Amino acid sequence: MIQPDSSCAVTVNGISVRVPPGASVAAALVAAGTLCTRRSVTGQMRFAFCGIGQCQECRVSIDGQPHRLACRTSCKEGMHIVTGGEG
Amino acid sequence: MIVVGAGIVGAACAVELQSRGRQVLLVDRLYPGAGVTAAGMGHLVALDETEDELDLCLLSLKHWDAYLRDKGGLAEHSRCGTLWVAEDEDQMAHAAARAEKLARKGWQASQLTGAQVAAAEPSLRGGLAGGVLVSADGVVYPPAVARDLAMQLLAMGGRTMFGAAVRAIGDRCIELDSGQRIDTGDVVLAAGNGVPQLLPDMPVFPRKGHLAITDRYPGRLSHQVVSMGYGQTAAGSDALAVAANVQPRPTGQWLIGSCRQDGIENTDPDPRVLAAVLRSAIALLPCLAEMRILRSWTGMRPATPDGRPIIGRHPARAGTWLAAGHEGLGVTTAFGTAQLLADLMSGRPPALATDLYSPSRFIHDPA
Ligand SMILES: Cc1cc2nc3c(=O)[nH]c(=O)nc-3n(C[C@H](O)[C@H](O)[C@H](O)COP(=O)(O)OP(=O)(O)OC[C@H]3O[C@@H](n4cnc5c(N)ncnc54)[C@H](O)[C@@H]3O)c2cc1C
Ligand code: FES
Repeated sequence: MIQPDSSCAVTVNGISVRVPPGASVAAALVAAGTLCTRRSVTGQMRFAFCGIGQCQECRVSIDGQPHRLACRTSCKEGMHIVTGGEG
Repeated sequence: MIVVGAGIVGAACAVELQSRGRQVLLVDRLYPGAGVTAAGMGHLVALDETEDELDLCLLSLKHWDAYLRDKGGLAEHSRCGTLWVAEDEDQMAHAAARAEKLARKGWQASQLTGAQVAAAEPSLRGGLAGGVLVSADGVVYPPAVARDLAMQLLAMGGRTMFGAAVRAIGDRCIELDSGQRIDTGDVVLAAGNGVPQLLPDMPVFPRKGHLAITDRYPGRLSHQVVSMGYGQTAAGSDALAVAANVQPRPTGQWLIGSCRQDGIENTDPDPRVLAAVLRSAIALLPCLAEMRILRSWTGMRPATPDGRPIIGRHPARAGTWLAAGHEGLGVTTAFGTAQLLADLMSGRPPALATDLYSPSRFIHDPA
């Protein structure tokens, strides 16, 4: 069982959420209610699809770095995640 | 009549000839734009290595303007302009000469100081000597244009035949790999690197280039950035000539070239060469080092020994015409080529002097 004090805080588009340490960034997006990782060339909303680093749909910006895979990145205390970019 | 090759050059010729009342059949062993046309950068650029090169570019760019007026979206066109950057005073002198030459011909080009270059393109490294901004240059996605031209040909009543390789050109006929023979009036050979197979006396040879494309980084680059060193290195056998050329695509991706290598048949990307290309681009645009490359590939430019395209009538074969060998400039010059060829075929005085492009320059002893 995960204790509250073992959670870590990240921000998703400026909104703070707490997730278990080691949770994927994709999970943090779900926790924040953000079901869009990036926008396609034609402006469509995309979200994590394969969950294993293959489809590249889950690219988000993490701490200012674009094109990070949300499904393959673990949350760390204080991370700033930004979604909806033209990744 | 038949046009062999539905690259950007052949497709442009087919449409021009059909629009002048000829009945055109456009044949390709694959499909429109499948050749070198799909591999290149699609930079619509006024190059001025020679006076005639510039004239052919400018003639073509006028046609591009007309084409893009209603097809811009389809061609993924953007008028990003070309920013030629000079790294030292020597290149700056060339830049000044280029600005003056283009402006004199009515293609707007302004000379920039180092500070102006930095303001125009903040991603460039500091300390550049200056440059030239050619604002009317642009970029397109060439295979989409070749495809559109093939559709245009059909809409005008022409015909197409794709997936049909030509194995021989005879006396006013062609023979397909399938054995089928098609009798025709004239044959225009616009088969790019496939030309010497069909006409061994035409010395078109492949000049290899490496390209890479990044992920999307919108807003970081506004102009096609090209080093003033571009095109200045003489082509030698296997000599590797690299000059940074970075193009912003409408998607926010960066398309990165370029290099030239002769005497190489292998079309695989070579990591050593690709590294040299990327290093030269990073030297100008340091943030590229942090960006993700999605894909890299090569293309074989159809080159000729004197660096000029081959446009005109084959001197020794009845009814055989050529439009080929445009090396690294065939996208830009496709429409001008089509106009000149159609003028020659109809016996009209061509818009520019065409002797320089005549196939007969490679045939010293015409039959
Ligand atoms: C790395 C690189 C960068 C470039 N950048 C630019 C640029 O920025 N700007 C620019 O203007 N140009 C550029 N180019 C050059 C440009 O791409 C070419 O000059 C142009 O595409 C040549 O067009 P083409 O129609 O002559 O040849 P292709 O596109 O190769 O067309 C020839 C066609 O003939 C067909 N064919 C061949 N043999 C046969 C046969 N026996 N039977 C039937 N069909 C046949 C092929 O399938 C092909 O479709 C670049 C090229 C490269 C490689
Ligand atoms: S969900 Fe497919 S790569 Fe991340």
